[in-house]
Amino acid sequence: MILVVLENQRGKIHPFSIEAVAAGQKFAEQLNCELSILCIGEKVDDLKSQAQNFKANKLITAQHAMIDMYSADGYSKVLSDVISELSPKYVLMGHSYMVRDFLPRVSAKLNIPFVSDIISVDFNGGPHFSKQVFNAKLATSIEVSSEQALLSFQSAAFSSDDLKEGAPEEEVQFNVELSDNDIKSHSEPEFQESSSGVDLTAAELIVSIGRGIESEDNLPIMQSLADAMGAEVASSRPVVDMGWLPPYRQVGSSGQVVSPKLYFSLGVSGAIQHVVGMKGSKNILAINKDEDAPIFEIADYAVIGDVLEIVPKLTEEINK
Amino acid sequence: MKIAVLTKAIPSYESSIRVDSSGKWIDEAMVNYVVNESDSYALEEALQIKENVGGDSEVVVVTLGSEANTSKVIKDGLAKGADRGIFIKNESTTTDPLTIAKLFADNLKSENFDLIFSGLQSDDMGSGQTGVLVGEMLEMSTATLAIETQVEGDKIKVKRELESGWFQWVSLPFPSSISIQSGINEPRYPSLKGIMGAKRKELNTFEASPAEQGQSFVNLYIPKNEKVTEKIEGDADTIVEKIMDILKNKLKVIS
Repeated sequence: MILVVLENQRGKIHPFSIEAVAAGQKFAEQLNCELSILCIGEKVDDLKSQAQNFKANKLITAQHAMIDMYSADGYSKVLSDVISELSPKYVLMGHSYMVRDFLPRVSAKLNIPFVSDIISVDFNGGPHFSKQVFNAKLATSIEVSSEQALLSFQSAAFSSDDLKEGAPEEEVQFNVELSDNDIKSHSEPEFQESSSGVDLTAAELIVSIGRGIESEDNLPIMQSLADAMGAEVASSRPVVDMGWLPPYRQVGSSGQVVSPKLYFSLGVSGAIQHVVGMKGSKNILAINKDEDAPIFEIADYAVIGDVLEIVPKLTEEINK
Repeated sequence: MKIAVLTKAIPSYESSIRVDSSGKWIDEAMVNYVVNESDSYALEEALQIKENVGGDSEVVVVTLGSEANTSKVIKDGLAKGADRGIFIKNESTTTDPLTIAKLFADNLKSENFDLIFSGLQSDDMGSGQTGVLVGEMLEMSTATLAIETQVEGDKIKVKRELESGWFQWVSLPFPSSISIQSGINEPRYPSLKGIMGAKRKELNTFEASPAEQGQSFVNLYIPKNEKVTEKIEGDADTIVEKIMDILKNKLKVIS
């Protein structure tokens, strides 16, 4: 059996989970086995009604008042119990921040390996799971030697376009047992910090700045190019961490996810966490000194050169 | 307060990464090993908590790996202010997070740390699991992606980063294992006095004998470029001319 766990993102199925369902359908077909979909929480009605559109064998709900709010303690206990009882071959989820937070706990509790952040699956003689390593400069193909495995997928590893619509054939309630001792931590409600109103997701043109610009003093040079082009300025995480630009300018897994007509990156190396936020861009033009920079793997135009030398000349040319 | 910081030696960004003759690992001879970026933030957070809490608080820097790759990491941690070091010597190539976490848990169990900090993920393997796995194995509370911490009596409150600008406060009873997001603080540089003093600090070495891995690398390869990428090279003037052609004529984003 393949088990897909849905993530509840403030009342909606997390987009990564929908891709995980598409993955689950593919796994079930390739491995010729059943597919079950699991909803965890107290209020699961929203998720259940959205899951009615997914072709699957079973829709399982694991409901309990003590997991009304997400906690790593509660979720890992409940999922471990479900896995122990149902013995799925593979447990599939999207590689979200919540999954990073609790799925390793399940792996340790049950001694089942967790292959995280998978970008593709090869079903021929395996299956083998590919993931990016060494800051995306290389990839690896991973084989699992144990009977079961937990798997999480990077966004777009499977496409929600491939989702087979239909409905779960059967609905099942899982009997959740939780006590006060199981939940040690206390979670407060989620909140959003005020952004400055810069909506990068709506921008047609983005000039994105990475640590390759070397110093905060060089920011105005990059800003001038953005101004000349009428583009919004975005950045990678290290630039925000160093305080060169505010967090709301950040693109990537912890920032905004953008898909402009042109993503023009200046000295961005292309770490996985950044790439997941911009790989949907229609066109990617990247300048970097390092010929091996992973950003070039997804770029339409790869400029191997020094941003500090090229950008001022380019701005001057555009302004002519 | 007794705090462990799990740190890892990883290839520097500038290092040239090439697959070795086995096809399953990299040619380490060509690589310069440095401290994993988010681990530096984890160490700084631990040092700041120690300084605030005072008393007989202790920060212990812990690393696992081969002697050749990791020696700098331990020295760096001690020079920045960690009180002692634990080195789990593992000369084999271990990539399964569960196997790695067991080595940490086995060697750290008797220490009874109040807190274990780790970077949110290593920039080489990127699995992002070790801190949470070790926490579960040692029956600690766990949290990930902390961007703020507050110690309050017998618990620690952490502000967790969620996706797309959302956050959540979680309060965790000790003992607790927490992964730290980069940007949480400003990591210090080692002082000259710190560097000199590091040599006299205690360093315990344990030989690791990793168990069989539940997941392993079949091979390592250069990712296939799925896009047709046009390479643009030359002197700055030539490059500018070519970019202008792309922006103006191909993409029509400037007039």
